[in-house]
Amino acid sequence: MKPRVVLVTGVSRYLGTRLASTLAADPSIERVIGVDTVPPRAEALPQLGRTEFVRADIRNPLIAKVIAQAEVDTVVHMNVIATPLGAGGRTAMKEINVIGTMQLLAACQKAPSMRKLVVKSTTAVYGSSPRDPALFTEDAEPKALPKSGYAKDAVEVEGYVRGFGRRRPDVTLSLLRFTNFIGPVIETPLTRYLSLPVVPTVLGFDPRIQLCHEDDGIEVLRRFALGDHPGIFNVGGSGVLLLSQAIRRVGRPSFPVPAPAVSLVAGTFRRAGLVDFSPEQMRYLEHGRVADVSRLTREVGWSPRSTAEAMQTFVERAPRILNPETVAAAETRLLQALTRTKEPVRA
Amino acid sequence: MPEARVIPLRSDEELPPVLPPAAPAPVVASDWEHRLAGGLAFLRRRITGDYEIDDFGYDKDLTEHVLLPPLRPLYDKWFRVETRGLDNVPDDGGALIVANHSGTVPVDALMTTLALHDHHPAKRNLRLLAADLVFTLPVVAPIARKSGNTLACNADAERLLSSDELVGVFPEGFKGIGKPFSERYKLQRFGRGGFVSAALRTGKPIIPVSIVGAEEIYPILGNSKTLARLLGLPYVPITPLFPWLGPVGALPLPSKWLIEFGEPIETAHLGGQAAAEDPMLVFNLTDQVRETIQSTLYTLLMQRRSVFF
Repeated sequence: MKPRVVLVTGVSRYLGTRLASTLAADPSIERVIGVDTVPPRAEALPQLGRTEFVRADIRNPLIAKVIAQAEVDTVVHMNVIATPLGAGGRTAMKEINVIGTMQLLAACQKAPSMRKLVVKSTTAVYGSSPRDPALFTEDAEPKALPKSGYAKDAVEVEGYVRGFGRRRPDVTLSLLRFTNFIGPVIETPLTRYLSLPVVPTVLGFDPRIQLCHEDDGIEVLRRFALGDHPGIFNVGGSGVLLLSQAIRRVGRPSFPVPAPAVSLVAGTFRRAGLVDFSPEQMRYLEHGRVADVSRLTREVGWSPRSTAEAMQTFVERAPRILNPETVAAAETRLLQALTRTKEPVRA
Repeated sequence: MPEARVIPLRSDEELPPVLPPAAPAPVVASDWEHRLAGGLAFLRRRITGDYEIDDFGYDKDLTEHVLLPPLRPLYDKWFRVETRGLDNVPDDGGALIVANHSGTVPVDALMTTLALHDHHPAKRNLRLLAADLVFTLPVVAPIARKSGNTLACNADAERLLSSDELVGVFPEGFKGIGKPFSERYKLQRFGRGGFVSAALRTGKPIIPVSIVGAEEIYPILGNSKTLARLLGLPYVPITPLFPWLGPVGALPLPSKWLIEFGEPIETAHLGGQAAAEDPMLVFNLTDQVRETIQSTLYTLLMQRRSVFF
């Protein structure tokens, strides 16, 4: 069923703005309403087009009035935020994530016009531990539940969303678990981390990482907002990269830190405002996490670009310290100096 | 993943043939020059991250060029491994290799991997299922993944089997590898039969493998339980040489090895998912595999002239 009135939460943040403007460009949708606590940035305004902006804190009941008056039939909930810095501290972040979701779901439950709810969650709900299976399917139980931060919020949010699904079985409910975003523009803790001049890693560990291109993330959200795809879906690129490999591809030296000193180093980086890494992300740097994304492909008949392709778009954006061309040239010179032939020797 | 290959290396337009006309005889690159070129190309790939790994973290480039070569002298010269029945391992398609486990440290796993990689006609990569302890240890964990191993759990085993990989498992686990020397070649309990249900669910054959020789490389005379508890390890072995001789004690004894790959036990006709849900069938099949390995071990031991020759 095509949506008539779509409400997008978290519209002032990068992905929210992108999704709202994509939906606003679709003439079949009557109204697009964006909600956030802060107004969108000035440079994002022309992009947003005909999106109506409501400055409302989803933590208070005002949101219920917006949904009821506009007869919203589709809600895309993108306001589960990952970084305390962006929200003004961990307490505020937790409130926006958990209390905000509860308020939003309460309002949705009361609204007779509601037909569809799409929630942007994260694969971080699977946790990250040495006892993890190589790939998490949507029905996999986490071996170790995330104990803090964003991932814990996401687990709680998913719990409330499931509760909502039980109380409103008539509403199509899609829960999308995204892997880490990357791309030419987006700013995340991971992109800031990979942009450091020297990238600290955990000594003796090399996690597998999985990435989702920002454009593909928006495309998936759009498809789920327009079509009916009930269920839980992992969203991300197929294939994996090792962290060491990703750091090499961005042409940066890595600096292994022994595990006991990791929290010290992470704290220093946080205070310096370089990278905001929380403890569960430190575990991610040890054990990584990969999700099986085949259900998404089967359901929507479309798949995001692979992890390696998504990574490449990021590599092209960051100025590399060590260029592959330089390395290749050095290889050729060294080979010619060491061998008697002037012909290229093939391995 | 052609997009990742950003390096137009040694392409012809980059290096125009600048042969001086006075030197018409082409200089043929010698063997060591090829090796040097290969080594430098490998280094370049490593520095720029231009290699591929699979979903499980298997790094073929690293395994073939760095991890396997140092094991070959151990295989050929030290243990003088002899293989039998390699033709029981299919050239393609998934199969589950089930073997006895011994030797204090999993050298038997490395040797079986090398036997299949170097001596099987289809050069098959063995994907081993490892205990979770392996993935908690720094340095060990990433090497285990990069060499193609993954966690011993049904999800991973079935995923690998159904993507036609050759999967290896040592169902005895720590009970087998850490048993005292006096119990050598006596198979321990075969876990809970999880490996059998993985094979049943995917309908892949089980190949019983018997390894003789690994028991004698580090004979366990005692186990320092206090130290083991302190370090969080399943056992800390005391062998004739370790820990008394320090690093020299870590040298394995040069026993003579025999690895026999047995006849495949087909599971495809047993009924897939329903069969895996039948505990009696799973137990019986587990016993059958265990008995086959145990009796083959006795036969091989009779044939071996001595421990070291």
